[in-house]
Amino acid sequence: MRVPVDWLREYVAVPQEATGLDIAASLVAVGLEEEGLHGGGVTGPLVVGRVLTLEKEPQKNGKTINWCSVDVGSANGTGEPQGIVCGAHNFEAGDLVVVILPGGVLPTPQGPLEVSARKTYGHVSAGMICSERELGLGEDHDGIIVLTRRYADDPAMLERCVPGADAIALLGLDRETVEVNVTPDRGYCFSVRGVAREYGHATGAAFSDPVADLARRVPPASPSGYPVELADDAPIRGRAGCDRFGARVVRGLDVAAPTPGWMRTRLTEAGMRPISLAVDVTNYVMLGLGQPLHAYDLATLGEKIVVRRARPGERLTTLDDVDRALDPEDLLITDGGGTPIGLAGVMGGASTEVSGSTTDVLLEAAHFDPVTIARSARRHRLPSEASRRFERGVDPELAPAALQLAVELLVEYGGGTAGNEVTDAGSVEPPAAIPMSVGFPSRIVGVEYDAATVVGVLEQIGCTVAADGDLLTVLPPTWRPDLTTAEDLVEEVARIHGYDRIPSVLPTPPGGSGLTHAQRVRRTVADLLAAQGLSEVWGAPFVGEDRWVALGLDVAAESARTVRIANPLSDEQPWMRTSLVSTMVDALRRNVSRGAKDVALFELGLVTALTGPRQAAPTEDVGVHPSDATLAAIRDAVPPQPRHLAVLLAGDRDRAGWWGAGRRAEVVDVLELVQALAEALAVEVVVTSDAVMPWHPGRCARVSLADGTVLGHVGELHPKVVAALGLPARTVGGELDLDALTVAADRPVTASTLATYPMAQSDVALVVDASVPAAQVHEALVAGGGDLLEEVRLFDVYEGDQVGEGRRSLAYRLTFRSPERTMTTDEVSALRDAAVAEAARVHGAVQRA
Amino acid sequence: MSGPNTSYDPVEVAALDPTTIDAAVEAALAAAAGATTLEELKAVRGAHQGDKSPLALANREIGALPPSAKAEAGKRVGQARGRVGQAFTARQAELEAERDERILVEEALDVTLPGGRRPLGRRHPIELMSQRIADLFVGLGWEVVEGPEIEAEWFNFDALNFDADHPARQMQDTFYVDPPQDGLILRTHTSPVQARTLLERGVPVYVAAIGRVFRTDELDATHMPAFHQVEGLAVDEGITMAHLKGTLDRLAAELFGADITTRLRPSFFPFTEPSAEMDLRCFVCRGEDPDCRTCKGTGWIEWGGCGMVNRNVLLACGVDPDRYTGFAFGMGIDRALMFRTGVSDMRDMIEGDVRFDAQFGMEI
Repeated sequence: MRVPVDWLREYVAVPQEATGLDIAASLVAVGLEEEGLHGGGVTGPLVVGRVLTLEKEPQKNGKTINWCSVDVGSANGTGEPQGIVCGAHNFEAGDLVVVILPGGVLPTPQGPLEVSARKTYGHVSAGMICSERELGLGEDHDGIIVLTRRYADDPAMLERCVPGADAIALLGLDRETVEVNVTPDRGYCFSVRGVAREYGHATGAAFSDPVADLARRVPPASPSGYPVELADDAPIRGRAGCDRFGARVVRGLDVAAPTPGWMRTRLTEAGMRPISLAVDVTNYVMLGLGQPLHAYDLATLGEKIVVRRARPGERLTTLDDVDRALDPEDLLITDGGGTPIGLAGVMGGASTEVSGSTTDVLLEAAHFDPVTIARSARRHRLPSEASRRFERGVDPELAPAALQLAVELLVEYGGGTAGNEVTDAGSVEPPAAIPMSVGFPSRIVGVEYDAATVVGVLEQIGCTVAADGDLLTVLPPTWRPDLTTAEDLVEEVARIHGYDRIPSVLPTPPGGSGLTHAQRVRRTVADLLAAQGLSEVWGAPFVGEDRWVALGLDVAAESARTVRIANPLSDEQPWMRTSLVSTMVDALRRNVSRGAKDVALFELGLVTALTGPRQAAPTEDVGVHPSDATLAAIRDAVPPQPRHLAVLLAGDRDRAGWWGAGRRAEVVDVLELVQALAEALAVEVVVTSDAVMPWHPGRCARVSLADGTVLGHVGELHPKVVAALGLPARTVGGELDLDALTVAADRPVTASTLATYPMAQSDVALVVDASVPAAQVHEALVAGGGDLLEEVRLFDVYEGDQVGEGRRSLAYRLTFRSPERTMTTDEVSALRDAAVAEAARVHGAVQRA
Repeated sequence: MSGPNTSYDPVEVAALDPTTIDAAVEAALAAAAGATTLEELKAVRGAHQGDKSPLALANREIGALPPSAKAEAGKRVGQARGRVGQAFTARQAELEAERDERILVEEALDVTLPGGRRPLGRRHPIELMSQRIADLFVGLGWEVVEGPEIEAEWFNFDALNFDADHPARQMQDTFYVDPPQDGLILRTHTSPVQARTLLERGVPVYVAAIGRVFRTDELDATHMPAFHQVEGLAVDEGITMAHLKGTLDRLAAELFGADITTRLRPSFFPFTEPSAEMDLRCFVCRGEDPDCRTCKGTGWIEWGGCGMVNRNVLLACGVDPDRYTGFAFGMGIDRALMFRTGVSDMRDMIEGDVRFDAQFGMEI
């Protein structure tokens, strides 16, 4: 809401010296946050000038500039004409213009700009001839302001335009407008009246309610009033769409009567475009008092107005010339119950619009149900000034005074005559009284408010308060439909008394259990990966089908595992990711495109992992505790979203440098990371070869828990994936279900006693088929070596002539140790032979001599 | 070896002549001193200490002397051999010391050569910030909870008193799961965790929910479609707005320094009543520059919303609102990082450029 300061001053006694900034600071204390300050950005010298001479000088760049000499009176200190270069061409010698002299300051989007004399186009230009936009008066930048034309119809203003006269006051540039953000509960603050009231609350300045005065002049409703019938046969949630409809008539308007300058100025400052007197008056009353009004051309109306819901198939062309299909929930203003002539509270119809030839108008000021209006405005994507106010609640008692002001303004400035017809149809439910114990605000806020303070604040904001011992019965004012509970009243007490007076006290909880196991595991995992040289990234979880295709995944399978966003930011990425790698590749590509060669990334994040068809989530009304069944259904409808862990490594794992060559990241590096994680969490993982996308079928490993639970896969990205996504060749990575790993790690380790007898080692080289995975040979050795086999370490892999085609030699060092005694050579040899025998039995391993 | 020769005249045995022995000693000492390396020393040592050295020969002659002369000759030769031995040992030690010195010099490295074979990775600063916040609340005796990012509309809105027609529901730029009537959305705030926690844990409860939330904002310097919040919820007997203020002041002091100035400003949220916004004194101008672009001249920067838990929220979650009161807040973690570290472009926080993480340590 933009509030012109001089308008505000009309309703509340703002101290003379208070600036827009001061006013904004006061309003913020009662909950009206400053959105911006407008005006007041130009500081002098800004003066009226008369163009004495004007020489057109074509330039090499194709432009033509005007070298002007301008009489600025004695404003420049010399009285000599001022030499100024100007690029606009909408003026000529003799015109009165607006000149900013060196030292003057203009507002610009980049901040204040001080004007100085500067050399340009071969002249010294001592100032600027200004356009509307440069002065912040409007968007017009096609030409400079020509006062001679601007005030052609306003002799009084023209008389003030003498060379050297101050143009700041002349153009109203000293006027300020404060823009505040109005929260949805404060509909009444969408008016100067409402903001003035709040300013009074904030500062104690006297508020003079313009409505009080108007109300005294409102004539009583007459049976001869323009007939209005409220015929809502389908109220939403039991609330009638319209519970009050006031109407007045003004006849004989002068079609040529202009909107007075002061009103145009205020409307413009408040952010609305002046259109015609009748429309401007309705907007002015709405901005001033908060009551949306609508003006109909009386000549286009029939015998009566009927307010009803739309019928299926009905259409209406609204003021913006859009033909709209109506919904049975839409509330309509209709001509006699037939033709729709307005979408109630949202926008009028084109057929009854006031036009340049309208002399008689019917003014409407109604009270509409917020829900009805909100739904219509949303349904038709038509947020209007009126709907914005009705949605948030308009004072139902405001209509008669608002109509009175509109009638008076039309009579005064349009030369019309107020008709005798005074309509006031419908009846409004009075606000419900709210019981509250006088100590309740203290209990909620933690400030000791005495009874006088509580009652005083409530009365100050317009409530009627009756006290019965400690129990207050509070009747909120009609303009505060948001006050319905005792807590609402508490906020009023707290904010008017001052949030700044609430003390700062730390609560004392009973004590907690610290971080959970899962939270600690996450830290351990992330810290470990970072210490291993990987950088943590995160990104938006959105992917497109093309990404799945690029990753070699089946689109149908992936989409069955996840959900689609109905209103995605990009239609190319409507799906929630099913893997971290699917979005992480973007970060990898970005790093590479920005020049990085060796990139190691990790991410911990949620993915979507539906395992079957999904049910819709039920809901429940606000303030209602759902049944256990409903709650269970709500919870079950939320798709499983396990936390995953993913890594991607491209380029060198160990970098090249003065010490020598680098070493490219390989699958084994990812497996090392997995192993490090498993060891850090004291979980045993099993690695087996596998072939799933997006991994290279010969360089892909499945990582499982000892019980067979698959944690995920690691590998080298498939060459096709690398090519499709433009990734660095031989990028490796992996993705694991961190939740499953976390669960596996959630148990205390049982410690064993350390054996202190000497260990004994024995080396064996086993020749097996090259296709036998090393992990399986390892497993066989462990199985055959018995309990005293402490460690099996693969220290060499050999393929070549000596072992034959399709075979390889795996050299292991076996370490044995007994917890009870020093082992003899014979014992060690026997155990080693047993281990080798098992490898031979299972994999046909042959021991090399 | 010959037997004792009683008629032997020691003077006549040249090898045992004192002058000869002295000369042999002098020669040995000179040789030891003259050796400049351990190898030279070893080379000359044999000539003066070996089996065929003059002193060894002299020593051998002693046996042939008559007993009366043996003692004197033995003493002379013994002393001579002792001096020579000492001289060589000393020279040996000297040369070894020199060699050791030299090796240390020779082994000197340019320790200013850079490392970087495997540079350290980093945690994302938003995660570090989240951890720091979690630790603060754990320290205060709270617990840290989480919730799903794809959430039921009921948890995100209705349970929090956002009526289906409430204008505030329209304020949220919500991602809806297709089809929208299925009642699933991407959570727009961490507040649904409030409802989940109240339902699961009951009261009293003191929890902080930290996590990622989503709004339909295009990515630019000041907006991200996904960002991070810390939600606080305390419901207990006797909880007041003063407790809310105390908790937020503590959080602000922890993240931005003890001298940070805060203010609570009346505001509106469906799930709290009374409601407030917590503002921080502008970090850039400290409220002294009306043209400040960071705070738009207001002197304050909005940090997040808060208030006393609305009665309807307690009712929806099965908590008796006449017995228990509570407060809740939701603060932006990304904004906190921007305030704390001067990050000026939000895109840097989400794009995954490792240079962004690398600016920060592992402790923020």
